[in-house]
Amino acid sequence: MKYMLLIHQGDAPTPRSPEAWATLSEDEQKAVFADYQAINQTPGVTPGLGLDAPETATTVRVQDGKTLTTDGPFVELKEAVGGYLVFEADDLDAAIELAARIPAARLGGAIEVRPIVEW
Amino acid sequence: MVAILEQVFRDQWGRVLAALIGFLGDFDLAEEAAQEAFAIAAERWPRDGTPTSPGTWLVTTARNRAIDRIRRDRTLAAKTRLLQVPEPAEGMVSATTFPDERLELIFTCCHPALAVDAQVALVLRTLGGLTTVEIAHAFLVPEPTMAQRLVRAKRKIKAAGIPFRVPPEHLLADRLVSVLAVVYLIFNEGYRGRGELAAEALMLGRALAELMPDEPEVHGLLAMMLLLDARREARFRNGQIVLLVDQDRSLWDAAQIADGRFVLDRALELRGRGPYVVQAAIASLHAAQPLDWPQIAALYGELARLTDSPVVELSRAIAVAEARGPQEGLDIVDRIALEDYHYLHSTRGELLRRLGRTAEAREAYGRALTLVHDEAERRLLERRLQELGTAAGR
Repeated sequence: MKYMLLIHQGDAPTPRSPEAWATLSEDEQKAVFADYQAINQTPGVTPGLGLDAPETATTVRVQDGKTLTTDGPFVELKEAVGGYLVFEADDLDAAIELAARIPAARLGGAIEVRPIVEW
Repeated sequence: MVAILEQVFRDQWGRVLAALIGFLGDFDLAEEAAQEAFAIAAERWPRDGTPTSPGTWLVTTARNRAIDRIRRDRTLAAKTRLLQVPEPAEGMVSATTFPDERLELIFTCCHPALAVDAQVALVLRTLGGLTTVEIAHAFLVPEPTMAQRLVRAKRKIKAAGIPFRVPPEHLLADRLVSVLAVVYLIFNEGYRGRGELAAEALMLGRALAELMPDEPEVHGLLAMMLLLDARREARFRNGQIVLLVDQDRSLWDAAQIADGRFVLDRALELRGRGPYVVQAAIASLHAAQPLDWPQIAALYGELARLTDSPVVELSRAIAVAEARGPQEGLDIVDRIALEDYHYLHSTRGELLRRLGRTAEAREAYGRALTLVHDEAERRLLERRLQELGTAAGR
């Protein structure tokens, strides 16, 4: 089975907001980087491409043939996807275990695990 | 013959279905095949006699039907090139026995990636053999809602890759908590008046105790259910709730109480000290005469420590009041933050009444009445309030 793990940062501190990031101790900051690196090197993981901050998103709709754009992500800023990765695993339990290792999950964010449909 | 078939259905449905799901890897296909096999049995057994091993007969028949269906579908798929049908593995059923995969099934149904109401419905449908209509009625939910809940849950198991297995060691403790919670929830629904659900929960509890003989909490839950259920007949009189101290003990099921205590001993032998074992020990003391309130209070203290539950703390207050007097009980009640819980106010009312503070007692019962929903509970409170009215107030 293939799963896409959608990473929602939520309230998790990231280096993008230096103030929030500074609330983590140096050891905690190092652990975040080390954990992401370990996850990206886990067999079965295909790391996602880096996404810029949700604030930089543009949302596009088409109504009556007319393209409408709005500033920001489709969902609330806090709920926006911050990153993703693809994981090939035996079953959902393995995907849940990997998701639980992603730092955002323990720092106030959440990971959505979605099976990928293979045609 | 109909009676035998019903008995076989009750005894074998869960095992037959579990084996078929394990073999076919598909809930719907397995369910259809099992139903078909039971229908064939209903037609053939009265004519040809009941086979020596009904379960094996049912699994074999259902498996053959399912394979036929897969082959038909594959022929169709070959023509249309639309579907990929997996080749079924052969040789799963021996002549006399077939694997018992009920444990795999219950852990799959109670996977935490499913909502609790879906877990409950799946367990009753697959292991209990209840129909969708029966489950809908038991939980006072419209039939289409329940049908949709089951369809969605089964689809999620398949699409999300929820494994059909007993979880490995490092996940087992957490997952067992979910399984026991589902069985307890089913039992509780039954305990509040829908007796058929209590019977289902006892069946599940017995099966778990048989399949996980070394897990103390499994025995603890079964013991607790047996001991509480043994008092079922005495709990209601003319639609009114009868409190433990007023219950007619001749209505208690003495054999089932003995059975419950036997199971509790097994849990204690395994050094069980978890919340279900403690609750079973409390239920056992509740069934003893005279009531050992200091010991009951101590066990509620232990349970409150384990669960950090204010509801348990309220039960402890009641036991302490019995053991050491109403003032000490009231002191505990007044520290509990459960403002919207009617039992808190009815307990306060009762303790205040015993202390002779009738006006405050009346107020507390009044507050409880504004919060209660259950009709039998309401009648009990009204009766208490009425009794207070005739006593001299101050």
